[in-house]
Amino acid sequence: MLKAVILIGGPQKGTRFRPLSFEVPKPLFPVAGVPMLQHHIEACAKVPNMKEILLIGFYQPNEELTRFMFSAQQEFKISIRYLQEYAALGTGGGIYHFRDQILSGGPEAFFIMNADVCSEFPLLEMLNFQKEHGEPSSFVILGTTANRTQSMNYGCIVENQGTNEVLHYVEKPSTFVSDIINCGIYLFTPEIFQHIGAVFQKNQQDMLLDDLTNGNGWHRAEAIRLEQDIFTALAGQGKLYVYKTRAFWSQIKSAGSAIYASRLYLNQYHKTHPERLATNEDGGPRISGNVYIHPTANIDPTAVLGPNVSIGTGVTIGAGVRVRESIILHGATLQDHSCVLNCIVGWDSTIGKWARVEGTPSDPNPNDPYAKIDSETLFRDGKLTPSITILGCNVTIPAEVIILNSIVLPHKDLNRSFKNQIIL
Amino acid sequence: MLANMKALILVGGYGTRLRPLTLSVPKPLVEFANKPILLHQVEALVKAGVNHVILAVSYMSDLLEREMRVQEERLGIKISLSHEKEPLGTAGPLALARELLTDNEESFFVLNSDVICDFPFEDMLKFHRHHGREGTIVVTKVEEPSKYGVVVYEAENGRIHRFVEKPQVFVSNKINAGMYIFSPSMLKRIQLRPTSIEKEIFPSMAEENHLYAMELQGFWMDIGQPKDFLTGMCMYLQSVRQTAPDRLTTGPGFLGNVLVDPTAVIGKNCTIGPNVTIGAGVVLEDGVRIKRCTVLKGSRVRSHSWLESCIVGWSSSVGQWVRMENVTVLGEDVIVNDELYLNGANVLPHKSITDSVPEPRIIM
Ligand SMILES: Nc1nc2c(ncn2[C@@H]2O[C@H](COP(=O)(O)OP(=O)(O)OP(=O)(O)O)[C@@H](O)[C@H]2O)c(=O)[nH]1
Ligand SMILES: Nc1nc2c(ncn2[C@@H]2O[C@H](COP(=O)(O)OP(=O)(O)OP(=O)(O)O)[C@@H](O)[C@H]2O)c(=O)[nH]1
Ligand SMILES: [Mg+2]
Ligand SMILES: [Mg+2]
Repeated sequence: MLKAVILIGGPQKGTRFRPLSFEVPKPLFPVAGVPMLQHHIEACAKVPNMKEILLIGFYQPNEELTRFMFSAQQEFKISIRYLQEYAALGTGGGIYHFRDQILSGGPEAFFIMNADVCSEFPLLEMLNFQKEHGEPSSFVILGTTANRTQSMNYGCIVENQGTNEVLHYVEKPSTFVSDIINCGIYLFTPEIFQHIGAVFQKNQQDMLLDDLTNGNGWHRAEAIRLEQDIFTALAGQGKLYVYKTRAFWSQIKSAGSAIYASRLYLNQYHKTHPERLATNEDGGPRISGNVYIHPTANIDPTAVLGPNVSIGTGVTIGAGVRVRESIILHGATLQDHSCVLNCIVGWDSTIGKWARVEGTPSDPNPNDPYAKIDSETLFRDGKLTPSITILGCNVTIPAEVIILNSIVLPHKDLNRSFKNQIIL
Repeated sequence: MLANMKALILVGGYGTRLRPLTLSVPKPLVEFANKPILLHQVEALVKAGVNHVILAVSYMSDLLEREMRVQEERLGIKISLSHEKEPLGTAGPLALARELLTDNEESFFVLNSDVICDFPFEDMLKFHRHHGREGTIVVTKVEEPSKYGVVVYEAENGRIHRFVEKPQVFVSNKINAGMYIFSPSMLKRIQLRPTSIEKEIFPSMAEENHLYAMELQGFWMDIGQPKDFLTGMCMYLQSVRQTAPDRLTTGPGFLGNVLVDPTAVIGKNCTIGPNVTIGAGVVLEDGVRIKRCTVLKGSRVRSHSWLESCIVGWSSSVGQWVRMENVTVLGEDVIVNDELYLNGANVLPHKSITDSVPEPRIIM
């Protein structure tokens, strides 16, 4: 049997996702209409013999997470449990800490996935790939091709082109190493814990020494990074392989990348969930391209939506409203004639009549097949880099103003136009 | 009624500051409140009894000439064109038209072509006859005199002492309003060469006590650049509200002073005004919001767009969900694609705009 583990991080992670991560744990942020994690879970549930999905993170148990797990278990008929780390243990420390839980029932292999990726999740392909490679207990990293400059923002993999063995692994190098990057999705056998265990033992010894020499014991032996601490050491040992996919993949670090990820998933819905895509119907709004509309949303038939729009529960959209490349979160209201482009409109926010709320997309270069989305820093040369516009929860935008390339923190009542600003 | 009077209107400038509109049409023919700027003046002159208008022209005069033949017929007056081979400035044209201006002994009016106000022609003549000297210039009060050339004159009788260019300390808040009345004897001061009336003629007239100022009552605006064109439109529509409110459109969907040509078509759920002029044959589709704008003949604004402080040039087309503001001026036959944002864009004629213009600039 098989299992899957999703690394969901904790409240201190996901700062680039503010102000949206104030309201909801980032892994539950809706992408293409469903929580980010649900895409992972759906993919896992389709794998034959998948017995359990474990979420590992350092969030306090919370209602949203509990509710999500409950409904996902019902929907996908699979056991889903949350295992809480007592502190941030890193991408390798958490799974090591909970190794007994992962190994209980005796899975012959298990997947590990970062929560903040968007992917076609070629899990069956990874299983087949593992079988084809002589070494029965080899570990597989899902890899994809990036362009030279962007590759350095990721974990970089050098492979043996004949065998796909990982010869060298380096996390976010400062010079170009390889254009094959780590997708944050792995297939391991239980043997991985011997390797993590060895690092754990070594850390403990180092720490003892460290404590004796300079008395700073802040570093935990249990905090282990899969990428730097494990993969780097395993490379070239005949144990670690890379399965390269050409299917879509992206990180979801910034809010802007959530819009891009939504576009990728909405596009995938044509194959996986055509029922989630809105269609042009008599008495309904005009749909252009891929659009998700929650059934409880109330949309005027003269509105025009799409491409790449996701509309959440209980959203109200008035007459003559235009929405493109945006995520509208539950309870928001877009009044008549308003125009929303490249935005995330926060929960229960209101946009007045004829207001224009617009951002600048940070899409990957469309002419470069290997380009990824840049999750840039907010500021460049002291100036806010033009980004998508984000309205936090319960923001009010008055009629007829323009809000351009701005980030509005929750519960603000704006009274005029703003451009290129963070509004506290 | 004044009888058999003449007026010379200076229409020979290039109107560079009102580009891109003046790249298609000479400034005097640009419609202000749905009527060519020049006709506002000519009609007011006719009303005051002027029966011969001389236009001092230097470029693009064919269009002007054709239009003036039509107006001659309609208004029952004589309109002469005095062609300059080279621009003669604001005084030289008077020398060129000397014969036309001296066919009788009557005083004559001289006007800049791009000022808009309640034209006070009858009062000017009365005032001029009363002091009996060679010239009267109309002055108007401004808030920031340091930006202009001001006129210093005696409050009791209007006799002008001097002119001060951009005064740094306050000497007066009255500026030249671009409207004059002269006795024919004044023409001896002007030679047939490029000359500025303000800089080269007026100072010596004032020195010889031959120049008087008459203060204008009510609104005044030089509409020679887009920002002022819009401000002047607001003032003009407000005066229409007072003098001829029936010309303005009111009712649901209209706010404040709005002037709509009867051939314009306005869709459902629009909100128009305050301070909007809609030209002949213009189409505003459903759900358009427009305020403080002039939309010229034959243009179309598509659904759900929002416009403030813009001039939409002739036969232009503004797409759906477009936002235009901050003195955006579209030249003739410009197309703005759907969903764009234009902030202070100045768009030359026959352009198709496919990208937003988030900061003010000229689109060649
Ligand atoms: N359970 C758990 N998950 C973690 C921890 N640290 C990171 N993660 C998760 O692991 C995934 C990868 O996180 P990181 O390694 O921090 O991110 P990255 O992809 O390297 O990108 P950067 O943030 O740029 O370093 C994300 O889904 C995180 O939520 C941790 O200490 N515990
Ligand atoms: N006949 C004639 N009229 C002139 C000449 N220069 C300016 N004018 C007119 O004098 C008046 C005042 O001039 P300006 O306000 O400078 O207007 P303009 O020169 O047309 O426009 P700009 O190019 O924007 O300065 C306007 O009515 C002009 O048409 C000229 O050389 N000859
Ligand atoms: Mg990392
Ligand atoms: Mg000039």
